[in-house]
Amino acid sequence: MSKKIGVFVCHCGTNISATVDVEKVAEEAKKKNPGVTYTTTHKYMCSDPGQKLLRDKIKEEGLTGIVVAACSPKMHERTFRNAAIKTGLNPYHVEISNIREQCSWVHKDKAVGTTKSIDLVRMMTEKTRKDKSLKPIKVHVTKRALVIGGGIAGIQAALDIADGGNEVILVEREASIGGHMAQLSETFPTLDCSQCIMTPKMVEVAQHENIKLYTWSEIEAVGGYLGNFDIKIRKKARSVDLDLCTGCSSCWQVCPSKKIKSEFDMGLGNRTAIYVPFPQAIPSKPVIDRENCLLFKDARKKNIPPNDSKVCRKCIDACPIAPVKAIDYSQEDEIVEEKVGAIVVATGYRELEDGLYGEYGGGKYKDVITGLQFERLASASGPTDGMIKRPSDGKEPEIIVFIQCVGSRDPSKGCSYCSKTCCMYTAKHTMLYKHKVHHGHAYVFYIDIRCAGKSYEEFAQRAIEEEGATYLRGRVSRVYQKGDKLVVLGADTLTGSVVEIEAEMVVLASAMKAQDDAGEFARKLSIQYDKDMFFSEIHPKLKPVESSSAGIFLAGTCQGPKDIPEAVAQAGAAASKVLALLSSDELEREPVVARVDRQLPPVFSTCIGCFYCQKVCPYSAIEQEDIKARDGSVIKTVARVNEGLCQGCGLCAATCRSKSIELAGFNDEQIYAEINAVEFN
Amino acid sequence: MRIGYYPGCAITTGSSSEEYGTSVLRVSQVIGPELEEIHDWNCCGASSAHATNHKLSTALSIRNISLAEKYGFKEILAPCPMCSQRLIISQKDVADDEKLKKEVEDAIEMPCNSGVKILNYLELIKNYCMDDIAKNLKKTPKDLKIASYYGCLLVRPPKVLQFDDPEDPKSMDEIVKAIGAKPVEWEFKTNCCGGGFTLSRTDVVLKLTNDILEGAVEAGADAIAVACPMCHANLDMRQKKIEKEYNRKFNIPIVYISELIGLALDLGAISLGLNKHFVETESVVNAFS
Repeated sequence: MSKKIGVFVCHCGTNISATVDVEKVAEEAKKKNPGVTYTTTHKYMCSDPGQKLLRDKIKEEGLTGIVVAACSPKMHERTFRNAAIKTGLNPYHVEISNIREQCSWVHKDKAVGTTKSIDLVRMMTEKTRKDKSLKPIKVHVTKRALVIGGGIAGIQAALDIADGGNEVILVEREASIGGHMAQLSETFPTLDCSQCIMTPKMVEVAQHENIKLYTWSEIEAVGGYLGNFDIKIRKKARSVDLDLCTGCSSCWQVCPSKKIKSEFDMGLGNRTAIYVPFPQAIPSKPVIDRENCLLFKDARKKNIPPNDSKVCRKCIDACPIAPVKAIDYSQEDEIVEEKVGAIVVATGYRELEDGLYGEYGGGKYKDVITGLQFERLASASGPTDGMIKRPSDGKEPEIIVFIQCVGSRDPSKGCSYCSKTCCMYTAKHTMLYKHKVHHGHAYVFYIDIRCAGKSYEEFAQRAIEEEGATYLRGRVSRVYQKGDKLVVLGADTLTGSVVEIEAEMVVLASAMKAQDDAGEFARKLSIQYDKDMFFSEIHPKLKPVESSSAGIFLAGTCQGPKDIPEAVAQAGAAASKVLALLSSDELEREPVVARVDRQLPPVFSTCIGCFYCQKVCPYSAIEQEDIKARDGSVIKTVARVNEGLCQGCGLCAATCRSKSIELAGFNDEQIYAEINAVEFN
Repeated sequence: MRIGYYPGCAITTGSSSEEYGTSVLRVSQVIGPELEEIHDWNCCGASSAHATNHKLSTALSIRNISLAEKYGFKEILAPCPMCSQRLIISQKDVADDEKLKKEVEDAIEMPCNSGVKILNYLELIKNYCMDDIAKNLKKTPKDLKIASYYGCLLVRPPKVLQFDDPEDPKSMDEIVKAIGAKPVEWEFKTNCCGGGFTLSRTDVVLKLTNDILEGAVEAGADAIAVACPMCHANLDMRQKKIEKEYNRKFNIPIVYISELIGLALDLGAISLGLNKHFVETESVVNAFS
């Protein structure tokens, strides 16, 4: 029985009808397109009356195929398919002909727009004639989530999911959770202490019955698919047994290697080789830095097991735990496997590398420091106990220069984007400085002051008007050492003059960059990233926390520069998506997936086993299947698509040399029918 | 191996900075590849030409490169950084612009396929002479501290020249070290000397060069090493005037890096042109004994 197709042409207010004669499109569709038995137009097809019209006509006219000529299928394909479901029509017989984004919005000439729309509708009608009913794929859901990264975004997402009643695995590669927020002194725009608002959350994570915490651990591999991910976690050798250790501090107090630069203090303070990154760390138990530990160095040099080295055993001797000590030199990396249904990626950012701005002497002059280093100086738990002191000689700087946009908005240094937080934290720095060094003076070089956020503008104004920071609009061309001063050469573009300031300390508002291993990590998860290596959300407006892989969500600065409130909000959003996903036992997935040909013996499959499809698949959805004879011998090895992983991109089908792969809903026959429907003049 | 030698107007015999050219050629008799002057070379198109007529300046540069190609040179040494920069930029301009390439080829009546690599003097030494220096070292100076001054043209624009770190270059310091002198850490390696403003805006040049000389002296340098005739002119020829303007005494010799290498090879101060400077170079010469 041939299909009865209905064509519904939308005006979209005047979005479409201004450049497309919609009445004519409907008329032509009925006149010329075979199979079309009903056509109409409507001012707003997506509105309730529009959808009702669609439902009514499916019933009244007995329509078995629908073409809605309207906006992009990304906008309303789901809307119209849901409307069709209500009438009992299989939704995969409903197609969208995009005459807005791909036609009316890009053309000015109404005649051209109308002709093109007529063609587009005819193409989609031809495809609809060949549409088959498809059934959604059902997948089982493992009701646990994985959160990768234990900064503020990861912590917030983990807590929200755990509070919702689901088990959460939180993996952090450092020895403690807390991330960059734990390093900050005070936070804008309220100047409340970062530690005071952060550490209670960290404790909550540690004590939450639904959260399983892996610190000093990294994601080794991610397999499986939406609802059923298989995770391999590498628990790096900590050399300390977390169950036995009480965090009594005996070990690190006796450690003789005391001059190792502390990563937490951004190199401004020192730590020991067996150490807890900071006093409020969670877990508050140490780790041995094997690179710098005398025992491990000796063992490497002599090529002996660490336990056999006698160079220094002070920490294990000092450990009061008995009979088995909590320190274990022979510990090795361990791979743990976990199954989860959803993943939140919250792997954070890193600060722009020091040496990139040779002209500012970053990395060369001790008193040119970065924003995060200033945070550590200003922090009460930092290396100077919160006093602003120069790293070179411990002197209190009386003149301090802050340079904004160091890296950010500078394509020549590889960051064309705005890091978004620097205007605010620089304003905050000038205040913290002024609160601690009353007689000092702060200068700020800026390009623009971008303080868009609740109470943000007022905060920046306060730095200028009440706290007396001198804001100079212009770039700094050079910073060089002259005696014990740093000469800052810059321009003040508002007065058109050249400025030369003899400063005692310079703070660079360094750009927020994606983690060094972001690309490699994204490939591990099969998620996409942008030109700056930040992970990509699938839609910048309507799907801001969804990654390109189903079931994997993004939170915090791994997706782009953002401040704490934004990271927290995004983490909450990601958590709510995870909770929705984990709320049912089974998930329905779009059946638009690829399928590799299967036939009766002796052919079995037209697949020739070249596995080019496996190479191009961005989602690792192609598996190899051995077709075996009764005796178990392999007859041939062919490709198979894992429906759970497949995202229906069609790359495999396009690549397949023997035309053995078909994408449901987009098979060759349908695509050719569309192309052949174009009238070429 | 032979390399095409392109002197350019500033360092050719009889010009204002001939001691640079003389010392480069004198040194090349002892170490490094054979230098052979490109027959019938012409102006590189710097100064007035490239400021007034892009096509003319490009054609002038490219003619020299095409000549080198015609004589079978794979590489050209242009010791004056203004020349090396002009040659490299012109090479890039024609490579990027088919139309310009055609026009230039018509004007010079030669093809320009630009397979020739342009070297500045530091690059030549670094690429071909470091081992030779070590082998032929005759005299090493006693405690001679040198401020290596690169100026702007050797390293900029970095995207086109792709030579050394544009903010903190090191190649000249390595050569200074190789001849046994001590490079000082200082802050003015790539500061502007005022360049072509030397005649039109002497006031600007005096301020900029004063900063450079002061920086070198404060860093404890006994002499400043350069590889650019323009830098040399501004720091050496103008030094008396700077001293008068700022009422101070520097008396710091400004020497070409080629002259320093020559002294280390014991080639004789006069044959290297060290008697042709405005600021006496005796202290530097005497350090090599």
